[in-house]
Amino acid sequence: MAPVADTVAETPPLLEVRDLSVAYGTRLALDGVTFRLAPGEVVGLLGPNGAGKSTLVRAISGVLTDDSGSVKLRGDELRSLPRKEIARRIAVVPQEPRFDFPFTVLEVVVMGRHPHLAGLAFESGHDLAIARQALERCGALHLAARPIDQLSAGERQRIVFARALAQQAPILLLDEPVSFLDLRFQVELFDRVRELAEAGTGVVAVLHDLNLAAEYCDRIVLLQAGRVVAAGSTTEVLTYKNLTAVYETEIYVDLNDLTGALVVTPLSSRARRRLLQVSAGPPELPEVPEPSGLPARAADGRPATP
Amino acid sequence: MNAPHPDRHPDRQANPQSDRPATPARRLVLVTLGLTGLLAVAVAIAVSFGAAAVPLWQRLFLGSAWSEAQQAILLALRLPRVLTAAALGGLLGVAGVAFQALLRNPLADPYVLGVSGGASLGGVVALIVGVGGLGVPLAAFIGALVSLVAIERIATSGGRLTVLTLLLTGAIFNAFSAALIYFLQSVASREELSAIVFYLMGRVPSSGALTLVGLWAAGVAITLALFASARDFNALTTGEEGASQLGVDVERLKRRTFVLGSLATALAVSSAGLIGFVGLVVPHLLRRLLGPDHRLLLPAAFLGGASFLVLADLAARTLAAPTELPVGVVTALLGGPFFLLLLRRRGAGFAGSAGSRNSGGSGG
Repeated sequence: MAPVADTVAETPPLLEVRDLSVAYGTRLALDGVTFRLAPGEVVGLLGPNGAGKSTLVRAISGVLTDDSGSVKLRGDELRSLPRKEIARRIAVVPQEPRFDFPFTVLEVVVMGRHPHLAGLAFESGHDLAIARQALERCGALHLAARPIDQLSAGERQRIVFARALAQQAPILLLDEPVSFLDLRFQVELFDRVRELAEAGTGVVAVLHDLNLAAEYCDRIVLLQAGRVVAAGSTTEVLTYKNLTAVYETEIYVDLNDLTGALVVTPLSSRARRRLLQVSAGPPELPEVPEPSGLPARAADGRPATP
Repeated sequence: MNAPHPDRHPDRQANPQSDRPATPARRLVLVTLGLTGLLAVAVAIAVSFGAAAVPLWQRLFLGSAWSEAQQAILLALRLPRVLTAAALGGLLGVAGVAFQALLRNPLADPYVLGVSGGASLGGVVALIVGVGGLGVPLAAFIGALVSLVAIERIATSGGRLTVLTLLLTGAIFNAFSAALIYFLQSVASREELSAIVFYLMGRVPSSGALTLVGLWAAGVAITLALFASARDFNALTTGEEGASQLGVDVERLKRRTFVLGSLATALAVSSAGLIGFVGLVVPHLLRRLLGPDHRLLLPAAFLGGASFLVLADLAARTLAAPTELPVGVVTALLGGPFFLLLLRRRGAGFAGSAGSRNSGGSGG
């Protein structure tokens, strides 16, 4: 809708979303969203439930048809591209992948090669090698022969991430990619994401975990009720003021002394009570553990065992 | 309880570290050759038995000649019928796989989407009106095409074919056709009534050369056309959005699959009435044996469905000779218990690995 007067950039951005709106019935799920993604960048999409994060991912991946505004991939209007071409440019890790048929893990990962294969073609040894490599990078090669429907939710999530790796697209869309993963695999998955970004992939990640977002994202787009309420670097966006307003609960942001990472802490009602007690000024502050106090407490924990 | 991994596809137990896993292309060749062999054996057995024995193996292996009568029976009667059964079984098997893929439900069969209702209604009308010969299959095929177009129109909104609407529309079409058929039966004469009942129970006709060639050509063409979308079907098992994100034009795929599967069903039903269970049991069994890859399943379902119906028709001709059983009764009698057995085995397969490993072997 906007006039095409301001096309200044020599190379169009990897992904450009402009004035994107999506309505489900009469409710606007997205309302004039605009943002850009450059190669090598990890952008976090944050916001409370129902803010439109998943809708944005679906719109960018081209599965919504009745959206207005524009999504451009390297300058090409998304709607004008054939499905296969879109899939060659964007790999998606969906929030809840579903598997109704017992394909093996390797077969599922090889599906990531689908957009690269012509018509009837069978995947070549090259495609299989890429799939295995993707599994290996996710530490899941040992699962290759297992039926996907027998894996745990966390294992499935890693397999779907491996499938997206096998797709080898310049844009990676992650919709809550670590919701079923334990801390080790959360860190491992996002370490892979950073590696991809360093190699030039542009990543958009929907995240609920603000600490992960703070650690791994370069920029944050903060959504509320379908609108972008803040966008910028992690330190610019992840502030007490922004987060408390958007999530409608008090959220503190400070720096971890040891790692220097931003730490985001929502204020629980228990913590609020503790704070009130502190401000009321009773002398009984919780004992500050001394450095030497740690082993002593550990011994306290298991008194009877040698 | 916690066996490392229950293996439901015994022949797929490729070592994940192995350098040369059985590629889908290699397995396709093996499966196609194997099942073509099975079909050839089934056809050879089926043409050998009947009211008069025409033992094929004596001719092939002992060099003994046939009498003229035997030759006539073989060429004019038995071979056309056996080959018709093969084509129809193939069509039903492929239609089953197509609709199971479209609805993402392994329990779908060729008759769920309503085209069979239109076909049987057309056939029954032709029987009542009294057109003989090819009139009945022609009327049935027209009925099927009319319902195909109508169902597709109704289930499409805003340029999109909705699978749930498709399923509901199909169910309503079937119920509506059944009601109309009951009505026609209630006003039909006694002879018409028995003709209708036998038509609906399913019977493999002995087709003329032209019909036979037509059925086989259609069967092979539809199988190949669906096979061209086999990888898309694999992607579709992850849901419509998932497939779309993998580069599949889902709307086109759904429409194509509905039309091709319905055409296969229409040809089968209009030629032979409602032969149940072929399109359900055969794909199901093959999926258990070969895994869910549609590149294997589609050709396998054609050949497997063909073999199954050839043998079922042999049973229909011979079990109660000189009377002939409706082949639909035989497929249901064979298919029903067998299907339940598969479901039981599958239950065991989920609980532990041992049960499912056995089922693969005993299933074939």
